[in-house]
Amino acid sequence: MSEVVLSGVSIAYASEVVVSDFSLDVGSGEWIALIGPNGAGKTSILRAIACLVAHSGEIRIGKTAVTELSGRDLARRVAMVLQYPHVPAGMTVSQYVLLGRSPHLTYFGKEGRRDQRIVAGILERLSLERLAARPLEHLSGGERQRAAIARALAQQAPVLLVDEPTSSLDVGRQQDVLELIDGLRAEQGLTVIAAMHDLTLAGQYAHRLALLVGGKLVAVGAPSEVLTEPAIADHYQAQVRILQMNGSGRAVIPVRTHAALKPEGLIEP
Amino acid sequence: MTVSRRRAWPLHLSTPAVLQGLPRLPWVWAVVGATALVAAATFGVLAGPVHIGFGTVVQTLLAPIPWIGHQAQPVDASQASILWSLRFPRVVLGAIVGGMLATAGAAYQGVFRNPLADPYLLGAAAGANLGATLAIAFMPGSSLIGVNVVPLAGFAGAATAVAGAYVLGRTVTGLRSATGLILAGVAIAAFLNAIQTYIQQSQPGTIRQVYSWILGRLVTAGWDGVVLVLPYVAISIAVIFLHRRLLDALSVGEEEVNSLGISARRVRLIVVVAATLGTAAAVAIAGTIAFVGIIVPHTIRLLVGRSYRVVVPLSVLFGAAFLVLADTAARTMAAPAELPIGVITALVGAPFFIVVMRSTKAAEL
Repeated sequence: MSEVVLSGVSIAYASEVVVSDFSLDVGSGEWIALIGPNGAGKTSILRAIACLVAHSGEIRIGKTAVTELSGRDLARRVAMVLQYPHVPAGMTVSQYVLLGRSPHLTYFGKEGRRDQRIVAGILERLSLERLAARPLEHLSGGERQRAAIARALAQQAPVLLVDEPTSSLDVGRQQDVLELIDGLRAEQGLTVIAAMHDLTLAGQYAHRLALLVGGKLVAVGAPSEVLTEPAIADHYQAQVRILQMNGSGRAVIPVRTHAALKPEGLIEP
Repeated sequence: MTVSRRRAWPLHLSTPAVLQGLPRLPWVWAVVGATALVAAATFGVLAGPVHIGFGTVVQTLLAPIPWIGHQAQPVDASQASILWSLRFPRVVLGAIVGGMLATAGAAYQGVFRNPLADPYLLGAAAGANLGATLAIAFMPGSSLIGVNVVPLAGFAGAATAVAGAYVLGRTVTGLRSATGLILAGVAIAAFLNAIQTYIQQSQPGTIRQVYSWILGRLVTAGWDGVVLVLPYVAISIAVIFLHRRLLDALSVGEEEVNSLGISARRVRLIVVVAATLGTAAAVAIAGTIAFVGIIVPHTIRLLVGRSYRVVVPLSVLFGAAFLVLADTAARTMAAPAELPIGVITALVGAPFFIVVMRSTKAAEL
């Protein structure tokens, strides 16, 4: 069953069209990665699903168009982790994660015991309980990313949108975060739509890749179908080799076409 | 019962771990704030040209209460009259205005996510000043439905200026962000200030009165002023109180708060309307007292915590205490003359604020 359906979606900022006629079905429990060069419209699509930017065409969650849902109802179905989450000064991790309960509260409502229990469970699952009372600005990049994911999980929404989850993380933290998202997806049957830069990681974690170029969908399918040397040379204007690795997907390796220039005056051995 | 509770909430999902990081009003600070307010009020009631003892004040307060009042000794009528018609209303008015300005300042800083925001950000002060100047210059001494026209004009001016800023911000920027609204407020304030200055200069006979109004004063006889502002201030503070959680939520930024299902625009509109209503009522009676809306909330942030669950309630208490003290100083320091209260709030408040900033290293401001 399709959880998220985008059909004929176009997005424009002022008069500049950034995504045109984009259609995609995302199945329940599936991880789909939006890939493509900078400015291809990946983030705009995520923002349109979360109704943070206006779109034409139709985006449905389950059977309902996102534009027909109230802000609260939408936030109970779709949670979003931004690429650079704003870090409010002085806010503790637990307070930040508890904000994720907002869609389940009334306008003047106050979080109750149940909300606190849900947050306690999430903090434990994400190994954040020791940091609960720590202000966000004292956390490392990887910890902060986990806190942002924790806040999204507190919304208990079946669809998780993630924008560049690994940007500004070292390779170990990148793996941690992606493993965490994949684990949560498997445990809770989440549908994950992630905009991803790193093609190797995208191919390793996502079930399907959707390649966007200039706001248009040019390829969608399993990593082995989308991640090909000619496609990447064509759409990214990049020289790469693609290596098939045993049991761990495909590695996209950038290669230099010209030999590295030697510093002048250096005598070759 | 105990056993089933344990099963339902296993120990490893303990809420206390979460509660550690949750903002709550520290009761010590709430007590300190309440004590400060009571102390400031006591000081304010006792200070004045006529010496009135503490015992007399207590007896005067108890006298109207049934059962208890009868047992108290009778109080000198002239002293009772000074207390009931001059000192009590003045202290109560100071508390109401101070609590309101500090709370409105905190609310404005929250919705605009700007530490420099104060209750006058969207032109409330400029509008009130223009309204009052017009009334002083062209309708001196007149009244409308039994109320002096100057406060009415001040209230109308403040409310109109903020409404104007809102409409302007909406037509120009569509209110997608708070910045458009702030810029509209700056433009409106500059425009109204220009008109106000022009009228003031063209009517030189009223300059002294206009200045006295602008710098603020709590001159009151009887309870009329209190009765006039109390309903607006009560509603305003109640609405801001109910928005404590949402003001905290707004601090994550416009887009993220919207993705949590909270409309930043709606929160901003409701809080701005509420804070403006209370501010307009306060300045209508007390004039545009400066600085309270900035230093009180920031001092609380630096000393106690940044969550609005802490800042809003403590702003009410400390704002009230601060203004009662400032007013007492204003009317006793140069007695029998009165200093403008705005001079005292800035003169005392600014150095105090600098001391707090230095001692807390203000890095998180």
